[in-house]
Amino acid sequence: MTLKTFGFDQFGFLLFSLQWTILLTLIALIGGGLLGFAVALARTAQLKPVRIAAATYIQVIQGIPVLMILFLSYYGLSLAGFELPPLFAAGASMTIYASGYLAEIWRGCIQAVPKQQWEASESLAMTRLQQYRYVVLPQAIRISLPPTVGFAVQVVKNTSITSIIGFVELARAGQLINNATFQPFRVFLAVAALYFVVCYPLSQLSRLLERRLHAGSSR
Amino acid sequence: MPEVVVENVHKSFGALEVLKGVSLSVGRGEVFALIGRSGSGKSTLLRCMNGLEKINSGRIEIAGHALGGDAKALRKLRTDVGIVFQSYNLFPHLTVGENIMLAPRIVKDVAKTKAREVAREVLQLVGLSEKFDSYPDQLSGGQQQRVAIARSLAMRPKVMLFDEVTSALDPELTEEVLMVMEQLARDGMTMILVTHEMGFARRVATQTIFMHKGKIWEEGPSAALFADPQTPELRQFVKSDVK
Repeated sequence: MTLKTFGFDQFGFLLFSLQWTILLTLIALIGGGLLGFAVALARTAQLKPVRIAAATYIQVIQGIPVLMILFLSYYGLSLAGFELPPLFAAGASMTIYASGYLAEIWRGCIQAVPKQQWEASESLAMTRLQQYRYVVLPQAIRISLPPTVGFAVQVVKNTSITSIIGFVELARAGQLINNATFQPFRVFLAVAALYFVVCYPLSQLSRLLERRLHAGSSR
Repeated sequence: MPEVVVENVHKSFGALEVLKGVSLSVGRGEVFALIGRSGSGKSTLLRCMNGLEKINSGRIEIAGHALGGDAKALRKLRTDVGIVFQSYNLFPHLTVGENIMLAPRIVKDVAKTKAREVAREVLQLVGLSEKFDSYPDQLSGGQQQRVAIARSLAMRPKVMLFDEVTSALDPELTEEVLMVMEQLARDGMTMILVTHEMGFARRVATQTIFMHKGKIWEEGPSAALFADPQTPELRQFVKSDVK
């Protein structure tokens, strides 16, 4: 057996796998965003049972490790007879994970819009839907940008957990290369650097958005 | 027929009864001032009149609508009843013009050009024509409050409610808002205002109601009421003249 060293080819493989990390992040944010938005609305609904159901969902998702969601969707579903490709299980579990957190972040943003905005729009004879659409959500979305982008950083890093079910994203690619080269320090330094290259600009963007939000106060 | 009828209204927050059987009747074009100490129930009474607070018992009829129907009936009522709040509550993400045009456009389906026309007209009424494209946070408190009045007027209400609308303003800005309200009163708007501005109540309100402990303690034509209070509570209140 010949040991390879960590060279251009291997780095190329890392870059290639980074695409899967990014794809998985996008799936989680879009899927989790849609689901999380629905849950956030349910969390602020007028009907108490709806609010409780949404709160329970959030508590459950936040109360169990992403790893368990991942195992449940990968092994659980295959036991039930569904043979799922790792991308599907990975995408589904990251979506569920992201939805639980985004729902809670956005609930906070919706509730951060002052009560008086509800009263004023209600007094102008708007329906609840119109209040959301024209008055509350535009303000809530503005408030939500910094924490949402901040959370995206967490998602990028947490996609590494899907390596456990054999999904070859960046972290898994690092493990594979390390198995062939036995140069863990170099390999994982490169992997870490790639994560950083993706996450750092996002963190900065989040901070920038936050500063602009405070500078522009209400608008 | 009176424009506003309140009959034996009771309202509690939990165990605390804030309105203990209040009745009043406001004719078209009349201006009623509600005065009294904090906690006397005057703001709550006003908020009950457009359904922001639900009453426990009694009857309220305003601008030809009875309170207590379903959500749709309540919205119908609110298209005819404007309210202005102490904290202005303009929509911060919209310009002044958009703030005013929004409800007519989406609630009353007014065409955009028509809504714009109405917005310009009501802005002129409150003396802020040049602020059409400004954002609320670019305006002073007094200007914001005048925009809030204009926003309500754009719905063409039959009754206007004012909830301590000058309490957050310093005296100079208070004056410009009161002038707008006085103009409205002269133009024949039916108005009910909760206020701490005794001078304004005396001068502009046709009728003043002094509330105390959740009841109407004393009421009458403003001039007479202020000149010759009958109850020791009102005498005390007028003397201290909270502001």
